Amino acid sequence: MSAIETWALTLAVFLPAAGTLAILLVPKKQESAAKVTALIATGLALLAGIFIALRFDYSNSSSLQFETNVPWISAIGARYHIALDGISLPLVLLSLLVTFLCVIYSWKHFPEPHNPRVFLALVLLLETGMTGTFVAFDLILFFVFWELVLLPMYFLIGVWGGPNREYAAIKFFLYTLFGSAFMLIAFLAMYWKAGTFDIVELSLNNPGFAKSTALLVFGGLFLGFAIKVPMFPFHTWLPDAHTEAPTVGSVLLAAVLLKMGTYGFVRIALPVLPEAARSWAPWIGLLAVIGIIYASLCCFAQKDLKRLIAFSSVGHMGFVMLGIATLTPVGINAAIFGMVAHGLITGMLFFLTGSIHERYHTREIAELGGGMLKKLPILASLLAFISFASLGLPALAGFPGEFMSMLSAYNPAPGLSTGTFRTFMVVAGVGTVLVAGYFLWMLQRVNLGTVPERWESTEMHDVNGYEYAAWIPLILLTFICGVYPQIILGVTDGAVRGVTAAFGG
Amino acid sequence: MVGALASSVSVASSALLGAAEAAAEHGEHAAAVLNGPNSTLKLGWLVVALPFVGWLLTLFFGKRSPMRGAIYGVTALGAGLLISIAMFFQVAGGAAPYHQKFYTFDIGGYEVSTGFSFDSFTVMMFAVVTLISFLVHIYSLAYMKDEVRFTFFYATLSLFTGSMLLMVASDNLLQMFVGWELVGVCSYLLIGHYWEEKPNSSAAIKAFITTRIGDVGMMFGIFVLFFAAGTFDIGGINGLAASGGIKHGILLAGATLLFIGVIGKSAQFPLHVWLPDAMAGPTPVSALIHAATMVVAGIYLVARNFDVFRTAFALGPGGPANVVMIIGTITMLIAALLAMVQDDIKKVLAYSTVSQLGYMVAALGVGAWTAAVFHLFTHAMFKALLFLGSGSVIHAVHSNNMSDMGGLRKEMPVTFWTFLIGSAALAGVPGLAGFFSKDEILHFAFHNHYYAVFGVGLLTAALTALYMTRCVSLTFFGEFRGHGHPHESPRLMTVPLVVLAVLSVTVGSLNFWGMKGFGVWIAYAGEQHVAEFDVVAMLAGTAAGAIGILLGLWIYYWKKAPQGLLDRVAPFRWAHTLLMNKYYLDDLYIKGIVRPVQYSLSKVAYWINQKIIDGVVNGVGVMTRKALAEATYWLDQTVVDGFVNDVANEAGEAGGALRRIQTGKAQQYVAVAVVATAVLVIAVVWAVR
Repeated sequence: MSAIETWALTLAVFLPAAGTLAILLVPKKQESAAKVTALIATGLALLAGIFIALRFDYSNSSSLQFETNVPWISAIGARYHIALDGISLPLVLLSLLVTFLCVIYSWKHFPEPHNPRVFLALVLLLETGMTGTFVAFDLILFFVFWELVLLPMYFLIGVWGGPNREYAAIKFFLYTLFGSAFMLIAFLAMYWKAGTFDIVELSLNNPGFAKSTALLVFGGLFLGFAIKVPMFPFHTWLPDAHTEAPTVGSVLLAAVLLKMGTYGFVRIALPVLPEAARSWAPWIGLLAVIGIIYASLCCFAQKDLKRLIAFSSVGHMGFVMLGIATLTPVGINAAIFGMVAHGLITGMLFFLTGSIHERYHTREIAELGGGMLKKLPILASLLAFISFASLGLPALAGFPGEFMSMLSAYNPAPGLSTGTFRTFMVVAGVGTVLVAGYFLWMLQRVNLGTVPERWESTEMHDVNGYEYAAWIPLILLTFICGVYPQIILGVTDGAVRGVTAAFGG
Repeated sequence: MVGALASSVSVASSALLGAAEAAAEHGEHAAAVLNGPNSTLKLGWLVVALPFVGWLLTLFFGKRSPMRGAIYGVTALGAGLLISIAMFFQVAGGAAPYHQKFYTFDIGGYEVSTGFSFDSFTVMMFAVVTLISFLVHIYSLAYMKDEVRFTFFYATLSLFTGSMLLMVASDNLLQMFVGWELVGVCSYLLIGHYWEEKPNSSAAIKAFITTRIGDVGMMFGIFVLFFAAGTFDIGGINGLAASGGIKHGILLAGATLLFIGVIGKSAQFPLHVWLPDAMAGPTPVSALIHAATMVVAGIYLVARNFDVFRTAFALGPGGPANVVMIIGTITMLIAALLAMVQDDIKKVLAYSTVSQLGYMVAALGVGAWTAAVFHLFTHAMFKALLFLGSGSVIHAVHSNNMSDMGGLRKEMPVTFWTFLIGSAALAGVPGLAGFFSKDEILHFAFHNHYYAVFGVGLLTAALTALYMTRCVSLTFFGEFRGHGHPHESPRLMTVPLVVLAVLSVTVGSLNFWGMKGFGVWIAYAGEQHVAEFDVVAMLAGTAAGAIGILLGLWIYYWKKAPQGLLDRVAPFRWAHTLLMNKYYLDDLYIKGIVRPVQYSLSKVAYWINQKIIDGVVNGVGVMTRKALAEATYWLDQTVVDGFVNDVANEAGEAGGALRRIQTGKAQQYVAVAVVATAVLVIAVVWAVR
């Protein structure tokens, strides 16, 4: 391995953090210098990610690549162990890409109270936390990255957010912290039993917990991850956070942050505690499908466009969790596909909502009043396109993940009740009808019809250059992933087989 | 020269497919293309690809292109039609089916392959779809000339055609499902073409959601068959089903679930409610999508997977009653009755389409594969003709309602004569297309002792003749009741009508007894063949049609029927009310399902969310905050002594540097939380050491 390969992953993770420092060194008045710094830092990190993707050995996606494993806190045996395999890679690339696009989008879109310098510094810090979470193979390191995400997001919501930002920010912070405390206890329990924080070692030699202890430890992990996903009934922080967060905050929250929870299940909970996972799986599946139906119903009741999309997010993550709960290769491939697809699609939906808000100064569906296809034809067409992607139209990215998730529920892993999971499958299927229902209803009320009088004389500009630059990659990827799903499945499958080997079948 | 063309075609195709395998395969076969026994079949992919290319060109460059972008669709479909005709003659000449593989991918241990399969059935569908689509492309040049979003209309028309062809050509269920859903979204876009008016966009939503309910069933059916056979491959699944390789119970579940998709897409009872509303779209769309092509996707699905259905339901002479047969039979009758009372000419044709689709489904349900497929073929011709004819009339009188029409035969002779031919073909007048295909279905049902299907089929045939006579009488005879001066439509519209009228006369004879051309070209290997000719069935069918026509003339043309029957006779009045309210099915769905989900259940769920689930969260939050604050106060005072205050102050400064928006309290909570976590971590780490 050449030096650059040794350092590529570390660079991808820490270049943004370095960017944070650099930005804070930039004099307060020089806003554009701060923007350029942020663009360079995220751009270089993305380039490092692309380099990794190009050099990645796809025939061997189950083994760790670009690995660095050195002692870190020797007192507790924590190590700086980062690497990636076929499960991490798509999520790392997603994080790097979406953050880069967020910086581009932000160029002219800084919400009140402005201050791009600090805003971008926080976004970059957030990127290091997100990317790091997907590559950490040491539990303490994982935990540090995991928690690192909290503060920047707390400030993004709490400072640049909407009218009720303070409540939403604290709720986000405390709720996630509450979950991660249990997660940490579970980590420590593993360490206690197995004497290591190393995720690879723990996956190879599971800590030999007694069955009831294992269930409890899994419960700790479950709370930490499920709150982050978020799964019903731990989801109530999400709509508030999304409603109040600035556009870029919502995009990053939906596109990347939520995946940390689902990733945690796949990376840690399942491989380290396979037996407990089998016992928990039906319950996880149950919460997943309740979440699908419940969130879809809540979507029908929403008056705020952004809150509607936030609830739809909960439903879509239900499909991801259903895939994971089946403990099958099909299901977990579906889950990772679903994570990436949801990142592209819902990220894009939040971008669009932000741009709509910027033009109309409202997100109330009733106030928008329809006719956007007339007023802002390109923006409205994009909203329609991405809504169809979100409701699972084949040949777009939303379809393969949801299809495979339900497919896997038809035949869950050995030891899981086929009848139970087939019931889940049917419930999820009903959910897809509801999803189509609320999206089409939303489109009817926002896009279609005639332009209300109050907007007729208001001058509005359709999609601008920065928006095009930030959105075209997401749109193209939404299309490519739908037409050629192998682009993701080919990367994940090998690594997923490694995870599911423990579950037989 | 031919070789050069062939290799350039193959290069283009592999570029399009983007798969190395395809490139290799095409390289090997490059020389064989265009001169092998199934050479033109190898161009089938091009027929599918062309409309997609046309779609993209129209969408992105349409407004700056000749004919406002219509040129791409017209060219793509024209070329597609020529290739399809060449393919048609090739399979008619006995060419072997051609199978084209694209790429395979792995979804967690299961290999999924994509590809096209061109056999005589596919090729027949290609011919129908490209022909009708091409004619609709031409016709719309005039019909849509002054309408909004002309370019987008053409783009979507092309996308629809490509998706339909993709579905028809698929060699596997997954890819078929992709095409199946894509035609659905095109249908949504085109039904809602005039989306300024809310009823139109609501009709589009209704169509999408209703068919999606069916699609979910179909998707589960695909799952069942996939796990039973270990593949999505249609040939593989059907082969296994026919040879008994799939347990009967599983096969039955799979077939029934697939059939739910048919009920949605092919507008069968009880999900037929979307199709009449779909008439909100422009009339050429109704002709193409909601009469001739997309709605027969369900028929195609059953016919394509007929081994699955035949084995699952034990179809054949003397077989038991089954869900396919029952649903088809109910549908043909209830829809024909609804067609009787419509004033909107397009709704007459829409219910007629539902009814005829019921005919095809019932035919499949009794095992009459060839008859069903043949009826699909002939129906496409005369129903597209009728819709385009109605469009010509609507174009002239600016109303959909027959109460605004009347006496148009003089002003619109071409439209009148072609419409009359289409109606006669639909009514089953001997010698025309509908007669032969309908007769075959009745004949098959009668001969195999499915007397219920035969009886309802006869009744429906009579009703069909009756409502079409009513329709023609109200539209073209009597006095003109509308406004303005209607005149014949331009050539671009009448020429397609003439072409379809000629076909409506001639295609029936493709399967004329004795010639049996159609049944030989397009045959299903497992079909039970019955006696070629049955005078009872034929006479009964002809008589039913004749009775219907005479009754129609008596009531609507000669006007000899007693007037005011509806007012005087209570059962007539009740029946009329029932039909005018569409059997109250729409009310049931809207009031029983849609509104509750939209407005009640959703409110309940959201109330639970805000008051109960979030109530608990907030309650815990408040209590924890209080407890922590007290604990921290205690810590602050007794243990740490000022440390927390420092942290809180620092956090406060950090926040203040950004903006002083937060109350000091909020920052304290955060500080408390951070400290609490830190304390927890330190404590545990200490303990572990």
